[in-house]
Amino acid sequence: MVKFVDTELESIQAEIIRMWTLVYDQMDRAKQAVLGFDKNIAQQITIRERLVDAFELKIDSEIEDFIALYTPVAIDLRFMLAMLKINNDLERIGDYAYSIARFISESDCGKPDAELLGKLRLEEMFSTVLEMMTALKQSLEEMNPAHAISVIAMDDTLDELNAKSNAILVEHARKDLDAIPMLMGLGSIFRKLERTGDHLTNIAEQIVFFIDAKIIKHTGSQGQE
Amino acid sequence: MGKIEAKEVHFHYGTFHALKGISMDITEHKVVAFIGPSGCGKSTFLRLFNRMNDLIPGTQLDGSIRIDGRDIYAPGTDVDDLRKNVGMVFQRPNPFPKSIFDNIAYGLRVNGIKDKEFIRQRVEESLRGAALWDEVKNKLNASAYALSGGQQQRLCIARAMAVSPSVLLMDEPASALDPISTAKVEELICELRKEVTIVIVTHNMQQASRVSDMTAFFYMGELVEYDETKTIFTNPHEEATQNYITGRFG
Repeated sequence: MVKFVDTELESIQAEIIRMWTLVYDQMDRAKQAVLGFDKNIAQQITIRERLVDAFELKIDSEIEDFIALYTPVAIDLRFMLAMLKINNDLERIGDYAYSIARFISESDCGKPDAELLGKLRLEEMFSTVLEMMTALKQSLEEMNPAHAISVIAMDDTLDELNAKSNAILVEHARKDLDAIPMLMGLGSIFRKLERTGDHLTNIAEQIVFFIDAKIIKHTGSQGQE
Repeated sequence: MGKIEAKEVHFHYGTFHALKGISMDITEHKVVAFIGPSGCGKSTFLRLFNRMNDLIPGTQLDGSIRIDGRDIYAPGTDVDDLRKNVGMVFQRPNPFPKSIFDNIAYGLRVNGIKDKEFIRQRVEESLRGAALWDEVKNKLNASAYALSGGQQQRLCIARAMAVSPSVLLMDEPASALDPISTAKVEELICELRKEVTIVIVTHNMQQASRVSDMTAFFYMGELVEYDETKTIFTNPHEEATQNYITGRFG
């Protein structure tokens, strides 16, 4: 592979990092919109969703061109395959942020009870997602697969918080039937954040795959070949 | 106006109709790759740009080819001047049986330049431009034949560039080279596009896709498709182009 190909690879990585920043920002705003029940912020997320979609298509097209023009092999091929999948995962995370924003925009239930939100640990759920995103972005920039693997464990926190939220929401619904639409919305937010964790796990696996040529997907014990 | 403009070019080797009405505009400072199976006419078309086919008896050209707006087949055209402006690099490296220095200086001296300091400077610039200077700067008086095949080919590129052409024709310039030398020649092509317009004939489609801005697919003497390289290799409009680049025929 000739040297100028490196420039193309760097350019695609830079595009992915830009997409990452954009999607992180969407999720961060989703957190603010939900916790503050802020319809304005939710509206901003809705508008920027089109940008996320456009970015996904642009990166897809650039990767397609790269594969067609440079016929990459070895780490260059793994890098391109990984970037293609990471791009898709990021777009899905963007979709979740958008869906959360739509719930806030369209909901007429009013701001959820602060005590309930505290019990659900919703803020911790969002923060864990954002922390995972930051750590994985750093592992990609530093080409550090060990760091990516360490992030996967954080997905357990999301699974645990999601599982616990169901019981809390059901208990609350029994006490306050009028709150059921809002509680269903909150349940949906938890599920979306839990799925976001799954996509971030996929991203971590892709980072390990392209750097170390190790497949840790479906092994049940991360880090093994 | 294109750097090179070919209009309705027909070419015959005796009774054999080798090129059938080719029209093409080539933009300045672009790299254009000609691809197609053997015998499709791509090298014949390339050689028309510096009138190399004039040397073959029994050939006939119809149509027009202009470089910088001038018809290069017009009566009174100075072919030596044309070839100074349109350099050529061949499939196999063909250094002269002279020193490395004299290979580069040859074209300058033939063009009447006698200023030794200017020649020395130009030799160094050309070798630097061909990414060869660091490898040969301490043995400029050694025979060019002492260089490896890859180095010889870059020497030939430096030799062609020494007389400051504005067009460089390359007829399979890396087909006789190993992968490392090929990569160096390809990097060189990408660097040289800043100075010259490059037309390259290649059988290596990965090479065409890597180095060129535009790609022309020839088949049986016809120009089937000419478009941006990205389009040719991701979404060609003609079925024949698609079949060729995917290896289904040719």
